[in-house]
Amino acid sequence: MTTHFRFDPLSLPREAEALRGEVRAFLADSLDGRSAERRADTWTGFDAGFSRALGARGWIGMTWPRQYGGGERSALERYVMLEEVLAAGAPVAAHWFADRQSGPLLLRYGTEEQRCQLLPAMARGEIYFAVGMSEPNVGSDVASVRARAKPADGGWVLNGAKIWSTFAQFSHYMIALVRTSGEAKDRHAGLSQVLIDLSAPGVTVRPIKDITGGEHFNEVIFEDVRLPASAVIGTEGDGWNQVMAELAYERSGPERYLSSLQSLVQMVAAAEGRGGDRLRVAIGRAVAHVAVLRQMSLSIAGQLQAGHAPNLEAALVKDLGTSFEQSLPETLHDVLGIEPSLSGGDAERVHANLLQLSPCFSLRGGTREILRGIIARGLGLR
Amino acid sequence: MSELGNIIEDMIERLLTDAVDHAVLERAEAGGWDDELWAALEDNGLPTMLAEPKEKGGEFGWPEAYRVAVVCGRHALPLPLPEAIAAGWLLAMAGIAAPEGRLGLATGDGLVLDGGGVRGRLKRVAWGRHLTHVVASVSGRVLLLPLEGCAVVLGDNLAGEPRDDLVIDGVAVESAPGPVGWGADASCQLGALLRSAQMAGAIATLLDRSVAYAGERQQFGKPIGNFQAVQHMLAVLAEESAAAAMAAGQAFAALDLGRDKDFAIAVAKVRTGEAAGKAAAIAHQVLGAMGFAREHPLHFASRRLWAWRAEFGSETDWAERLAEMVIPQGGDRLWAVITAAQQDGET
Repeated sequence: MTTHFRFDPLSLPREAEALRGEVRAFLADSLDGRSAERRADTWTGFDAGFSRALGARGWIGMTWPRQYGGGERSALERYVMLEEVLAAGAPVAAHWFADRQSGPLLLRYGTEEQRCQLLPAMARGEIYFAVGMSEPNVGSDVASVRARAKPADGGWVLNGAKIWSTFAQFSHYMIALVRTSGEAKDRHAGLSQVLIDLSAPGVTVRPIKDITGGEHFNEVIFEDVRLPASAVIGTEGDGWNQVMAELAYERSGPERYLSSLQSLVQMVAAAEGRGGDRLRVAIGRAVAHVAVLRQMSLSIAGQLQAGHAPNLEAALVKDLGTSFEQSLPETLHDVLGIEPSLSGGDAERVHANLLQLSPCFSLRGGTREILRGIIARGLGLR
Repeated sequence: MSELGNIIEDMIERLLTDAVDHAVLERAEAGGWDDELWAALEDNGLPTMLAEPKEKGGEFGWPEAYRVAVVCGRHALPLPLPEAIAAGWLLAMAGIAAPEGRLGLATGDGLVLDGGGVRGRLKRVAWGRHLTHVVASVSGRVLLLPLEGCAVVLGDNLAGEPRDDLVIDGVAVESAPGPVGWGADASCQLGALLRSAQMAGAIATLLDRSVAYAGERQQFGKPIGNFQAVQHMLAVLAEESAAAAMAAGQAFAALDLGRDKDFAIAVAKVRTGEAAGKAAAIAHQVLGAMGFAREHPLHFASRRLWAWRAEFGSETDWAERLAEMVIPQGGDRLWAVITAAQQDGET
C-alpha cells in the first residue's frame, strides 16, 4: 500500500525548452486567425492540413526510430510540443490517436511489414487511426467485448460493432479490441487487438451527432470483414494486457488538464482593465491548479522516461486534471455570468463550446468512476 | 529524489515517530515546551540545517528542507523547527551571524525601522513566548530581533500552537539587505512556503489514518473500505494529498532551480490550502464520530490544517498575487507566463 506520493519536480532539458520556441513560432503562423471557440476544440479539432504541416515539421512520431519516419527525439521534447499545441488550441485530432497510441503500439507489437507500411505515413500526418474499445452494450466494462474474429482461410473473419470511435469517419485504420477465442465469461482471456483497414468490404462507419451538433464519434459495424493473419497485433489472446498498458500511458499527458484552458484565457482577458475581486481570485486559484497539474504531469513524464510505470500516480493526475478542466467553465459562469452563445463575442462562444464539451472530459479514456476504482485499489482498498 | 534528502527524511521521521505521541501533543497544547525533544533536534543539527546553506557552499538546500518540513507536518511536531530553519537561512543570506538560542520567524508588517532601533508589534509569532530571537523582514531588510525584555501578548491558533504578539519598543537590532531577488516580505513568503510543506505532511497523515481506518472498521459485516462510496472519497483524498505534495515540492524546488519563486510560492500556498480543506472534510467523514472524539489523534492534523491554511496569507491572498502576475500580461500571454515562471534559471 502506498499513500505517500512522491512527485519529483522535473527539470526539462535544454533541448526541450529550445523546441518550445520553434513550436510557438510555427503555431503563431499556422493558427493565425483561428477563432477563439475553435481553439477551444483542442484535441477534438480535426484538420488534415494542419496535421500534414505538423508532420512536415517532424512533430508527429517524434520519438520513433528514423527508419520508420520518426525523429528519435526524447519523450520530454514530445511533451513540450504536445503542451504547446494543446495550449494554443491547435486542431490535432486527425493524427492524435496515431501519434499517441496506434503508432507506439505498432512499434512495439506490429510486424515489420506493418511498421514499414504505416508508421512513415502516420508520421507525415497522412494516415489516421481510430480506436475501437467500447461497443453498443459495452462501456466501462471493456472486458465484456462481443466483437469477434474467427479464424478462416489462414486469416480472420470479423463480426460485431464498435462505438464512440472518434473521427473513424475520416480515419484509414482502426485498432480494435475483439474476442479471438473463448466466451464472454472468460473475461480478459481470449481478447486480442486487431488492425482493421476501414475501407475493407463489410465495414460501415456511421457518424453519431453529439450534443454540440458536431459529428465527432461513430459507430463502426463489421459484417464478415476479412482480416489477414497479421491483423492480430502482438500476442493473440493478450489484448487485454496490451490495452491496459496503452491506457496507463495516455492518462497523464497534458491533454488531461488543458482541454478548457481557453475558458481561463477568456477570464484573464475579461479581467484586463476591469474585474472585481471574485474574478481575480478565481483566476489566481485556477492558475495555481494549472501550475500544479503541469508539474504533476511533467513529473510522470519524467518517471516514464526513466522507465518507471507510475500507474497509480497517472490515474490520480487524470482524475484531478479532468475535474479541473470541467470546473473551469463552471468558474467562468460563476465570475463572468455571461450567457453561453455561439453568436456572441469570444468569451460567449468559447463558453458555449466548452460547456457542451466538458461532460466528455471525465468519460474519455476511462471514466472518473473507473479511475477512482483504480486509485482505491492502489490504496489497498480493493 | 536526492540521496541526501532520503537520509535526512529517514532520520527525522524516526526521531519524530518515537518522540511525538498523543500525550506530547496534548501537553504542548496546554502550553508546554518540550525541552528534551528540542535538544534532540538540535543534536541532529536540524534547526541550523540551512545556517550555512547550499547557496553559501553548505551541504543542505531547500530540497532537503522540504523533506524535513513535510515530516514536521506529518507528525504535527509541536515545536518551531521549520521556522528556525528558514530564519537561519535568511540570516545566512543576509550575512548576519546567527545567535545562540531559539530562532523564530515573523512577518515584519507591524514594525518600523527607526535609525538603529525598531519599534512596533510582531503579530502572531509562532512559539513567540519560547523564542530568544525573531528574524523578520522589513522594507527589503532582514532584521534579527533579540526578544529579551519585550512584552509578550499570549495567543494561540486553532490547534493550540502558540501564536504570540511581541511588542518591540526601540530595541537595537542588527539588520542587513535581504537576499537578492527577494522583495519586502521575504519572511512572509518563507512562512507561506513552510506552511505549504507542513500542510502536505498533515494531509498525508489524514490519508494514512483514513485508509487504515477504512480497512479496519467493520459495518454491515465488512470493512467500510469495501464500499464504493467510501473508496471514491478516499481516492479524492489521495488526489488532494498528491496535489498538495507536488504544490509544496515544486515551490521548494523553485528556490533550488532558480525558477520564479514568487509564482511558485503563491501556487503552493493556494493549492495546499485548498487541499487542506477538502482533505480534512473527507477524513472526518470517513472516520465518523471516532475522528470527532478528542481522544482520537485525527484532530491534531485537521485542526492544524484549518489553522495553517490561513497563516502567512490565505488562498485568497495568494490567489490575488497570482492574478496580479498574469492579468496585466493578458489572456493571450497566459500560457507563456506560466511556462516561463516554471522554467529553471540559468545558473
